Amino acid sequence: MQNDVLILGGGVGGTVVANLVAKDLGDRARVTVVDTTGIHVYQPGFLYVAIGQEHPEALQRPEASLLRHDIKLVVDRATRVDTATQKVVLASGRTLRYDELLLATGSRTVMEEVPGGAGAHDFYTMDGATRLFKALKEFEGGKILIGVAGIPYKCPPAPVEFAFLLDDYLRSRHIRDKSEIGLLSPLNRAFTIEATSKLVQPILAERGIELTGFFNVETVDPIAKTVTSLEGDTMEYDLLVLVPPHRGQKVIEDSGLGDERGWVPVDKNTLKHTGFQNIWAVGDATNIPISKSGSVAHYEASVAAGALAAAVRGEAPPTHVYDGKVMCFLETGQGQATTISFDYDHPPVSPTPARRWHWLKTLFNKTYWHTVPQGRLP
Amino acid sequence: MSTVQVEKTIDARGMACPGPLMNLIGAIRQGQVGQAFDVLSSDAGSKTDIPAWVAKAKQDLVEVREDDGFTHFVVRKAR
Repeated sequence: MQNDVLILGGGVGGTVVANLVAKDLGDRARVTVVDTTGIHVYQPGFLYVAIGQEHPEALQRPEASLLRHDIKLVVDRATRVDTATQKVVLASGRTLRYDELLLATGSRTVMEEVPGGAGAHDFYTMDGATRLFKALKEFEGGKILIGVAGIPYKCPPAPVEFAFLLDDYLRSRHIRDKSEIGLLSPLNRAFTIEATSKLVQPILAERGIELTGFFNVETVDPIAKTVTSLEGDTMEYDLLVLVPPHRGQKVIEDSGLGDERGWVPVDKNTLKHTGFQNIWAVGDATNIPISKSGSVAHYEASVAAGALAAAVRGEAPPTHVYDGKVMCFLETGQGQATTISFDYDHPPVSPTPARRWHWLKTLFNKTYWHTVPQGRLP
Repeated sequence: MSTVQVEKTIDARGMACPGPLMNLIGAIRQGQVGQAFDVLSSDAGSKTDIPAWVAKAKQDLVEVREDDGFTHFVVRKAR
């Protein structure tokens, strides 16, 4: 008898788990991936689209081309999970049953939660990044503010990276001396991680990027061109770039599978849903208080795949659990980057920014399609 | 013991700095004026981070209380 392993979401986590489970189980399971668009998007590239260093089409491939041939891809939107009957309802009206379910549904951005937020730019969607680059091309000088309108958000280093890459971009157009860049941080330092903040703050100062701490963006007045924080401060801008608030997907909220923001509650080691024995989650979708990033989804995927395969075989859960491993690159501009690595038991470490980390990040971005989705990288 | 009625306990024990503060900021953002939140943190950094943010954000730090290996920070949304 074949089990039905159903995976919601064809991002990094869903794709890697699907490929690993299908390879491991062979005929023991029917593996199905449900994805809303059928297009796999490499989201870390949005940052580069926003400053004109990457083309949108280079960041997208058909999901079917990244999945093993024995995996079924259903392009449809999951609207509800019925845990009582173990069925998932799709927007088309079709239902799919499951024995084991993986929620790899990611996160969604909700700029509409910020009053006046429609007046801000962002680089958290392809459309947002494309519009931002268009606005930057037309920018001839003035004050650009980069702020954060909600925590948690995808890729914690991204606002700092964007500030550095924006500095490079404005210098390349010879309008840096007519421009100000302000980085508004939710904390009293540049970045969530203290050690990395200590490393990047002198570089921000050196590049003339003004850091304002404890500025959690709450409202925007696009007519007056001002942004106001939860802390009660207001700043003026000519161009505003915001990290939008994030939530879990609607299907999670509508199915009662998440918390008040739609994040799926899972055990931080086993990735199993705290309320259901046959549901797991990976990536941005979970409520684990670590980075929402492709790197986390990637490292979690092998754990979830092992757990799903063991469940199908009726075996005890594997001893290999997720240890909180995170590895991110952080661009520091002028062709240099650093990295951030940590897990639940080891505090973050970051090497001195150097060209080799930038090259490694560039190499990773280019080779991603042939390594990560197939589960070829550990 | 605190005399305010706590709307929600934010159990951030085991989370490294600034996780507890970030969770508090999220709760204040979503909460109503007058509601109080009890943040439980075992991270030493919270002892400076949380009071500093509460002062900056003009919120109300009702109580800081040591417990068994962690600290309670009771914060009321004041504005």
